[in-house]
Amino acid sequence: MRFAYSENECQCDQHWLDSAANSSILGLNATHGEFLRMKLLTTAAMALAISATTALAGGHLCYEGKTLTEGKLTVATGNPAYYPWVHNDAPESGEGFEAAVAYAVAEEMGLTSENVVWVRTSFDEAIQPGAKNFDVNMQQYSITEDREKVVDFSAPYYSAPMAVMVAPGVTTEATMASLKELKWGAVGTTTAVPKLMNDIQPSSDPLLYGDTADVTAAMQAGQIDAALFDLPTALFLSAVMVEGASVVGQFPADEAENPDHFGMLMEEGNALKECVDAALASLSASGALGEIEAKWLQDATGVPLIK
Amino acid sequence: MNKPNAAGMTRRQAFEARQRLRSAVIAATSTVVVASAIIWAVPRAPGWEKVQASFFNAEVFARSFPKLLDAFLINIMIFAWCAPAIAILGLLIALARDVRAPALYPLRILGAAYTDIFRGVPVILTVYLIGFGIPGLGLPRPWNSPYIWGSLALILTYAAYVAEIFRSGIDSVHESQRAAARSLGLSERQVMRDVVLPQAIRRVVPSQMNMLIALQKDVSLLSFIGPVEIFRQAGVFKSLLANFTPYVGAALIFLAVTIPATRYADYLMAKQARERS
Repeated sequence: MRFAYSENECQCDQHWLDSAANSSILGLNATHGEFLRMKLLTTAAMALAISATTALAGGHLCYEGKTLTEGKLTVATGNPAYYPWVHNDAPESGEGFEAAVAYAVAEEMGLTSENVVWVRTSFDEAIQPGAKNFDVNMQQYSITEDREKVVDFSAPYYSAPMAVMVAPGVTTEATMASLKELKWGAVGTTTAVPKLMNDIQPSSDPLLYGDTADVTAAMQAGQIDAALFDLPTALFLSAVMVEGASVVGQFPADEAENPDHFGMLMEEGNALKECVDAALASLSASGALGEIEAKWLQDATGVPLIK
Repeated sequence: MNKPNAAGMTRRQAFEARQRLRSAVIAATSTVVVASAIIWAVPRAPGWEKVQASFFNAEVFARSFPKLLDAFLINIMIFAWCAPAIAILGLLIALARDVRAPALYPLRILGAAYTDIFRGVPVILTVYLIGFGIPGLGLPRPWNSPYIWGSLALILTYAAYVAEIFRSGIDSVHESQRAAARSLGLSERQVMRDVVLPQAIRRVVPSQMNMLIALQKDVSLLSFIGPVEIFRQAGVFKSLLANFTPYVGAALIFLAVTIPATRYADYLMAKQARERS
């Protein structure tokens, strides 16, 4: 079974160039709604086309001969891997959303859990040219048009709206006008940066950090009022890491600037992509993906939308 | 050519001229061979196309370079206020380590402890500890700014190195000069100010130039605690575009500043060597 997937996926190059031209402080624009909607539609269509036995096609398993080590799926995570994506920095336990998704996908592809091997990489290692030491890399990588030029992404396994976490004692309304006036921080390697620059457009220059831990350190030191994360990360940090911090709002998911879609990162042209996509499509169609989400990610219904 | 004095050249001079020509030809040939081997071989490496797309991507370069130049202004700004502070603090520490009055001996110990500690700890650790630690004590804004405390971390670290260089300059002024000045009736203070320091500082200018060049690059370490200077800005582009070209762009900007500065330091050193010989 082959999927004509990449052919449909983007007729939006022109759209992208246009939005890059009327650009922001970064010279970049996060508007890739169309591109991702198309991607979701393709995935949904695929899900319908596939029967319950996704893994089997023509008598052999889809992944055979396509993984780094025959018969094993090598999955990369961060070092350290953060809550709520991986619990206790121990992905082997299958606890945490991304760890659970990795095992579910492996199983759907026909691999038992003993055959899932974990490795650690930084973002830079994931995108560096040359051979990779993983089959798939799961670290809340947002699928973007620009990144797709260099690496491949699976179909999205989660859609995370961006959320605003504020420091203890900071009072703000969940409106753009009052958010603008805050002193902002974010992780410099994430898509939170273009979101911040293009949409919130803070009145003072934001401070950017290398990872989540540094953002929370800056918040505890009182150097920033607010930080932009994906919603599950923001909920976790405000509940556990920064005492007294709170999540004041999330960005509406139906905005033109789409929420982030997390995909598994793969080497450009990886033949395994079709197997992973098929497994994700069938997990999503059967409702299994939704169950994993409900089990490992905190309920976010109480977080107000930002106007 | 062998005829003596035919071109106003002795046989010795003619021989030397031939030797020089021969060295020049060999140097040029070997340079051309090495350079062409690199130019020929690198693009034939199997991963070259991918490396080229990741590190030397013209489109990414054009998109990111103007913003990198903007961000570099932050580096220049931080450098501009750190450098004079480092020079002053470094000199004070060097003087503290040189005090000779027995009553001031604790000052010497403090000076020595200071240089030991701040030269011994990696700059990045100092930046983290001071940049996040001191504001964490509960200072109000704007006094908890990472610009202030990050700069202080750089100043403390670099002052330790600079102090040692000043001290070597002070030590290089011969003891007899101090004795002579003292015997003319100058006080200890006047000896230091009017006799020792003017010579000491002049002698260490080239070494201090090297410290300036190093500082100019280390300003980027402040990116770890928040300021979006050139290194962080390049990192933002790297992540969004999944491409390392912005780092190459940042390196070029650094080189544009450091190469002239390094050449100038070389020139100063050569000049000094000539004057002394």
